[in-house]
Formats: sequence, structure tokens, C-alpha cells
Amino acid sequence: MNILVFVETSEGKIRKTSLEAVAYAHAMGGTVTGIVLGKADANELQSIGKYGAAKVLHVADAKLDQHVIQVYSSVLAKAMQDENADVLVLANSSLGTPVAAKVAIKTNASFASNVTELPNTSSGFVVKRSIYTGKAFANVELKNAKKIIAIKKNAAELKEVGSNATVTNYNVALTDADFNTKTLSHEKATGDILLPEAEIVVSGGRGMKGPEHWGIIENLAKALHAATGCSKPVSDMGWRPHHEHVGQTGVKVAPQLYIAVGISGAIQHLAGVNSSKCIVVINKDADAPFFKAADYGIVGDAFDVLPKLTEAVLAAK
Amino acid sequence: MKILVCISHVPDTTSKITFVENNSKFDTTGVQFIIGPYDDYALARAIELKETMGATVTVLNVGPADTEPTIRKALAIGADDAIRVNAIPTDSLFVAKQIAEHAKGYDLVLMGRESIDFNSGVVHAMVGEMLGIPSVSPVMKLDIDGTNVKMTKEIEGGKEQVEATLPLVAGCQEPIAEWKIPNMRGIMSARTKPLNVVEPKSTEASIVNKNFELPAPKGAVKMISADNVAELVTRLKTEAKVL
Repeated sequence: MNILVFVETSEGKIRKTSLEAVAYAHAMGGTVTGIVLGKADANELQSIGKYGAAKVLHVADAKLDQHVIQVYSSVLAKAMQDENADVLVLANSSLGTPVAAKVAIKTNASFASNVTELPNTSSGFVVKRSIYTGKAFANVELKNAKKIIAIKKNAAELKEVGSNATVTNYNVALTDADFNTKTLSHEKATGDILLPEAEIVVSGGRGMKGPEHWGIIENLAKALHAATGCSKPVSDMGWRPHHEHVGQTGVKVAPQLYIAVGISGAIQHLAGVNSSKCIVVINKDADAPFFKAADYGIVGDAFDVLPKLTEAVLAAK
Repeated sequence: MKILVCISHVPDTTSKITFVENNSKFDTTGVQFIIGPYDDYALARAIELKETMGATVTVLNVGPADTEPTIRKALAIGADDAIRVNAIPTDSLFVAKQIAEHAKGYDLVLMGRESIDFNSGVVHAMVGEMLGIPSVSPVMKLDIDGTNVKMTKEIEGGKEQVEATLPLVAGCQEPIAEWKIPNMRGIMSARTKPLNVVEPKSTEASIVNKNFELPAPKGAVKMISADNVAELVTRLKTEAKVL
């Protein structure tokens, strides 16, 4: 089986979720080839090998520094053909998922996104995918000869299994028609850690009483090297930016540790956090429904508990 | 301008999800169905465009007859007419094909970034690919000037300003527009607006949902005293092993 993995970069660095896609492909067995489009650091390209890619194709065309979905899908469809790939694996993302959808049409492949586990091939080719915003799973059979799998965060364990890969330049003739959207500008959100990729998330809700009290959330997040999130009412009221809204219609997170402070735990919020490994709820209302979905709970005033918790985290380092 | 808004008919966001018939079928008992929340944003933006620059708005749903109340609600919100493709929406590719069949001739095709039942988030991209026109998602802002469309799109850790020309497909999310609530006049007029039922183009399924399962239940929450928060840090390290 030949597996091609679409590896995304961010400012020249390989994205961690893409390395998980490489690890996933390696765990499937078969020959794994990574493909990177646009600018990437040379040592970053080689390091893809450590997670299981036998070789790496690099399309170094500067035109690909802009993430144009159409042109990315054309390059990947061509690479699938040239590499005789049976399966394309990638990480779910705002770029990867629509790109893969277009590749599926171009190559007549079966496509499943939000995949959470390795395929089961005992009878057909079946993958498990998250549905109903994390409230359930579907076991889905991919029937066509070619298959595309977009994995959800944590679908594969990230571990080093090999050494640096050989990097080959790969060229594809790009057509102007494929540049059908143009990126005018780019605005980076504040904070160093991307919420969808964070291993630890600290979120605040209405119980924080106002945006001026977010300092204690940020202090705890900083101590834990965590990203900050919030509930929908908080972003609706403009206390925090929309991209921090965690929940059914916001960002879905899947960290190792999710700490919810002053969030009651409406079902729409739970839908965004139910893939977290461990959930800690801090709320002064002992009856807050969120406690039922938590692993650890503290009934207490956030303004009292958070500074103490930050102190304890720093002391334990 | 002609706008097509594709809507999904999905369980309300507060629904408890369960399955019946040996985990092969979603249990609709007691479940209230709504216009997909993201599709609702797409519809609201379409109505705004209709009001500000003039447009006809057609809604399209791929679904069996019981989705008609949901379609009528979209008509009550302000869409002019509707198409129902009479089929169970089995997978993204099938739905995209049905939409592509009817989307030719529209200047703008809007839908939610994803449906909240199967969450694939790919129908807009597939429709764009089938029609050979640009697709952009998730769009938080969309403004039209002639045939030029300027959009703000959310990406991991930020936003991008993107430009393209009509016709195009956009997958929408908040805050592209405020959700609209139908008024009495809208509800009355929706009853007589055209709702055309058409049969699907048959396509062979490329993926098949074999069965469903629910996540393993959570163990009981372990409570820690607010006077002893250091214990939480210890437990997260040694017991949960997440620090």
C-alpha cells in the first residue's frame, strides 16, 4: 500500500497535527511519502522522516506560499497519481479538509474527515469518525479503490520511529485557472499557542464577570503553557474574540487537559470539549451541570481558586 | 443576482444523541429538528444581500418529505422559493452532486461551513470543484462589489482576507450575519411560496455508514477542596498524567 501524506507548514515549520498524520500513515503500514507545498525549512522537511515517512516531496514554488485551495488540490491529485498512492492521509484543518474534498472528486476517491482511529480492514476498509459534534461516532466503510482520510487531533500517537527522510524536489506545472482565490492579507490572532492544537486549554465563562478579569485566566494559561478559550456568551458579549469561542458552533478542541472556569456547561459548550482527555471544572455553583462531564472538580470562587492554582502549578515545576 | 442557499435539517443543538435498531439508525424520538445553525447564518446573509442589493434567494435541501417544515421556516425568514431533492442525504459526495445539479446559473451558492450531524465540512468544496468555480470556507464576512467578492475567512490561529469573483460557493459561520427570526407576515407568505420537489440524480455511494456508537461514559467526577488546590496539580500529574 502506498500512502501519501499532505504535510502542512506554518511559517516554514511543520504543523504538529500534520506530524500526527504521518504517524497515522506509518501505523497503517505500507510505504509513506510526505508532501509539502510552499516554503519550508530544510531540516523541518527531513524531520518528517522521524515520524515514519520514507521520503518527502517538496514543491518549492513560491506561488504556493499562498494557501489557494484549488491549486493545492490540483498538486495533490497529480502527486497521488505520480506516486501511485492508494491512500491520502492528512490532518483536518481549514486548509487540508477542503483541499482533500476536491482531491476526492478529482481522483474518484472515498473520503472521510474527522477520523479518530486507525482503519479496521478485517472486513472492507472501515474508519471511525466523530459525528454529532463529538457526541457520537460512525463506523464508515470507504468503498472506492482510492481513499482519503482526514484525521482529527490525537488520532495517532506521535512518536519517533525513524531517521531523517530524503527530500526530493517535486515540480508540478501550475495553471493560472487554479489560482481562483487571492489572499489579500493575513491576521494572526494574539497568543503563541493555537487553540485547536493546544495540549492544555484554560477557558473562562460568564462566571468571570467581565473581560477585565481575564488576567487570572491568562496567568494560569501562561504557567501551564496553555491556550485560552471561552464560552459562547463570553464571545457574543465581546469580552473575548470569536476565535476563542469553544463549543458546538465555535472551535472544537481536543487537548490533554481542559480547564473550565466559571462555565456552567451547556450541552453546546460540551460538544466542543468532549474530545479532551481530562476535564477540570472550577465553578462556585456546586450544581453546575459541567461537573457531571468533568474528571476533577473544585467548587469555589474563581477569583480565589485561580491565583492559588497558578501558584501551585509554578511551585510544582 | 441569484443566490442559492443550501440548508441541512439537523437535530437541535441541545439534542441527546442515541441510536436504535442495533445502533444502525439515529433515534429521532423527541428530537426537534432545525435549520443547521451554520446554514442559518448563510441564509441570514443571503437575505441581507437581497435587502441591500437586490437578489432572489432560493433554498435547497436534500431530504425526505419530513424536512418540509424546516424548508418552510427558511421561506418564512425571507427566501423566495425552495427546492427539495427527495432523498436521504447519505454522504457528502451524494449531497454535493445533488446541489451541483441545481446550482448552475446561480451567482452565489451559500451554505454552512458544515452540517452539525455528520460534521464533514466538505460539501461546499465539492460543489465548487464540480462546478469549476471557487469555494471559500469558513467565511465570517462576505461583501460583493459587482462581480468581486471580498471575504474574511477563519484559519487556525487567525483570519485571512480573501478575494474571488462570482460565481462562487461559500461555507459560512458567525459573525457573517445575525440569525433572523421569521415574523408573522413571513410565516403567512411562506405557506404559498413555491416548494418544488425533484427526484435525485442517482449516484453510487462512495462511503457507507455501517453503524454508530456513543463515547464511553465518563467516570464520576473527583471533587477537590478549594482550600487544597495543590492537590489538583498533584493528581493531574500522578493520576491523570496530563501535566
